[in-house]
Amino acid sequence: MSPTPLLPLSEAISRHVHDGDSVALEGFTHLIPFAAGHEIIRQRRRELHLIRMTPDLIYDQMIGMGCATRLTFSWGGNPGVGSLHRLRDAIERQWPQPLALSEFTHAQLALAYQAGASGTSCAVMPHHDATDLEARARPGVRRLPCPFTGRELTAVPAINPDVTILHAQQIDAAGNVLIRGIVGAVREAAMAARRVLVTVEERVETLAAGMNAVVLPAWLIASASLVPGGAYPSYAQGCYARDNRFYLAWDGIARDRDAFSAWMQRHVLGVPDHAAQLRLLGVAA
Amino acid sequence: MSATAYTPDEIMTVTAARQLADGAVCFVGIGLPSAACNLARLTHAPNLVLIYESGTVGVRPNVLPLSIGDGELAETATCVVPLPEIFAHYLQRGRVDVGFLGAAQIDRYANLNSTVVGDYAHPAVRLPGGGGAPEIATYAREVLIIMKQSPRSFVSRLDFRTSCGYLGGRGERAASGAPGSGPRAVITDFGMLRPHPDSQELELIGLYPGISTEAARAATGWPLQVAARLETLPPPEPRQLATLRELEARTRTAHARPIRIPL
Repeated sequence: MSPTPLLPLSEAISRHVHDGDSVALEGFTHLIPFAAGHEIIRQRRRELHLIRMTPDLIYDQMIGMGCATRLTFSWGGNPGVGSLHRLRDAIERQWPQPLALSEFTHAQLALAYQAGASGTSCAVMPHHDATDLEARARPGVRRLPCPFTGRELTAVPAINPDVTILHAQQIDAAGNVLIRGIVGAVREAAMAARRVLVTVEERVETLAAGMNAVVLPAWLIASASLVPGGAYPSYAQGCYARDNRFYLAWDGIARDRDAFSAWMQRHVLGVPDHAAQLRLLGVAA
Repeated sequence: MSATAYTPDEIMTVTAARQLADGAVCFVGIGLPSAACNLARLTHAPNLVLIYESGTVGVRPNVLPLSIGDGELAETATCVVPLPEIFAHYLQRGRVDVGFLGAAQIDRYANLNSTVVGDYAHPAVRLPGGGGAPEIATYAREVLIIMKQSPRSFVSRLDFRTSCGYLGGRGERAASGAPGSGPRAVITDFGMLRPHPDSQELELIGLYPGISTEAARAATGWPLQVAARLETLPPPEPRQLATLRELEARTRTAHARPIRIPL
């Protein structure tokens, strides 16, 4: 078994993320791979199908920078703050280009990843007439009767991203990766993917992982990159907290197309990498 | 602000907190629901079990989270479970007593819209969407709704039904097989509404001190039914206000703390 190659992030993205790919940068509020998303923006990937339960600021940025033509999601706001203005501009006014939507509920999208991770074509949950999403948003869920009880079920189609990208706290010498804290659907998104890329806070000799910890074995991972602060402005439990001030400030930046473009030019396109961005923002210690 | 004066947000939060019985298992949304649940936990309901959809179960945060998944929630939780589990094993399996929701629009049967204003394909305003709300509204044994009342938010017809209340009323929800019993109360900045036992149409059952029925009617986009015996809801007690203000002060301090990352 060969150890996971530790690649510079720019090389990992150029090698593994291609125009037109379906890409899931997962992490539920926690461990959002911002550095990887910014590198995708710098490399000007186009026509991506972005998949995330909560698009968050990272997809607001990628959509506003023209990387995406399709979005699969289940809740598209700035958590605790309000709208994702770039996402709204794309849906309401097709700026910078039209964005096709596949919209689910959280429970459905979690199930879609589980189905993808399990190698089955769909997964089921009880059906209820709870929401217009099924009829009007057309996420592609279907109804069928339970073969045992006859009760109606909702079948959610499997999601298998071309690439899933995660941020994690630690990688060991053999390339195994540890994720600690709120895990969201990251394991399912990773196991569903054709290729898994990770960015990590630090490299250690051995992981001090509990027996039931979330560990991705090295042989599941296509490439790993050492990117301290790679989840900023989201957070890495045990390393740094969520920058709630940044999430509040983003509302003002993203509201206006010119302010947004200027911010992205200066803080993403205008810097060589994530460390330079953190220094520019005054966040690097 | 004096100990007896209070803001509309404060009386809404306190009124919502009073609806929570000690020991209940509560699925919490961010914003006013989160403030109300933690106020209840810090006052009359110390054994309230708070679950946030980030998979954090039994949280006891010292400050209110800005997002549904702040580190504070994980650090103070009994356990942190994967997202598919929180929806399947806890919510769908029927282990949640109270779901707490807000929305952009509500109709007279307490159905909610948090998806779009206007047409779905070409919306005038794209809202964040359903997230966990459709399943919370379906599976929680009962639901509390907290939202500000205005003709724009209390509408005669939803642009989109994100989450169900009583559907078309008169037992339609129960007939549809929804496991939970539906919204028990809607707490607004004017007072409280509850579903009528037969029609299930929301009716005004209480007003805060100094608020008139006419004002509540004017803030509602349908002809609002008013209960025969309209209560005056009690103002916040000094202890509740003090606890809420301390919690919010701690929260402001924590959220203003600069982040430093060693490279």
